[in-house]
Amino acid sequence: MAEMERETPTIGGLFKGFLLLGLTGFGGVLPLARHMVVEKRRWLTAAEFNELLSLCQFLPGGNIINLSVAIGLHFRGVPGAAAAIMGLIAAPTAIVVALGVVYARFSHDPHVVHMFAGLAAAAAGLLISMALKLATALRRRPFGIAVALAILAAIAGFHLPLVPTMLIAAPVSIFLMMRVRA
Amino acid sequence: MSETLVETLAALALIFAQLSLIAFGGGNTTLPEMHRQVVDVHHWMTGADFAALYALAQAAPGPNMMVVPLIGWQVAGFAGMLVSTVAIFGPSSIVTVIALRLWRRSKDKPWRAAVQAGLVPISVGLVAASAVIIARAVDRDWIFVAITALSVAVLLRFKVHPLWMLAMGAAVGWTGFGQ
Repeated sequence: MAEMERETPTIGGLFKGFLLLGLTGFGGVLPLARHMVVEKRRWLTAAEFNELLSLCQFLPGGNIINLSVAIGLHFRGVPGAAAAIMGLIAAPTAIVVALGVVYARFSHDPHVVHMFAGLAAAAAGLLISMALKLATALRRRPFGIAVALAILAAIAGFHLPLVPTMLIAAPVSIFLMMRVRA
Repeated sequence: MSETLVETLAALALIFAQLSLIAFGGGNTTLPEMHRQVVDVHHWMTGADFAALYALAQAAPGPNMMVVPLIGWQVAGFAGMLVSTVAIFGPSSIVTVIALRLWRRSKDKPWRAAVQAGLVPISVGLVAASAVIIARAVDRDWIFVAITALSVAVLLRFKVHPLWMLAMGAAVGWTGFGQ
């Protein structure tokens, strides 16, 4: 597939993009972030997005929080990073506090309970489809597929703690990639 | 309530700034420590309150760290919300900025390509693991499995905004069908 043309966002554009993302990101923002950044606004290619995401997963803090900082910084330096993260958290902060104030009134309504259960199930679907889309980066890379499956089994299957798992898996994976390329 | 407001705000700032720097692998990894500080150490709320706030934050839009501003609000009102928000997002963001600058500077170094290529499979594995963990937690009935499967199929096949799938899930859930 031919690579489509990419666009460079302004500081205002970064704020607005992440503001909308924060407003619409029910049940995890990451799949929506990929949709906005790669498919809709075309700020980054899929490969650039994967690169930033994998770096952000190695830094402390929420992945999507770090990703907003990384994307803002990539295009507009520190002011861009500040605009992106503030856009991302502004609306959810206001909404979560407002929800906290009114929640008690509706927490016993069965319709509301059922609705949130359905919402969560769809959100799980978003996450699965995102994992599958990211996995296309590993086509024809058997070592990469093996590492990804090992991580999946370690974290989701055996519930191993994250930090030691990453400390072992990262050097192994990087070593494998160096051997393959050499 | 022996703490003054300033003491409470300072405690919130310290707790969340620390959590910000140890939150490797996303916000959910810090929940046990957050719970310990807020419930056991400072007695700001009961364990049940904490669980309720967490569920609420999960149901709201936005990043999954949104439970933090909510805790800040619950403990010390508007000032508490502000202090907690800056403390949880500030330090990790500064680390991200510094790390990315170092990363950009080493653009032409040969080791960078290997590191980059090596991190991608781990990233794929982590997202897949999150998907499995979340799906296992929510898909307890056939109707939820069906909603999840339909979302995956539609999103892989068509270029549709993911929000439509969430609306579909919420609408089907609202009817209570199959639950």
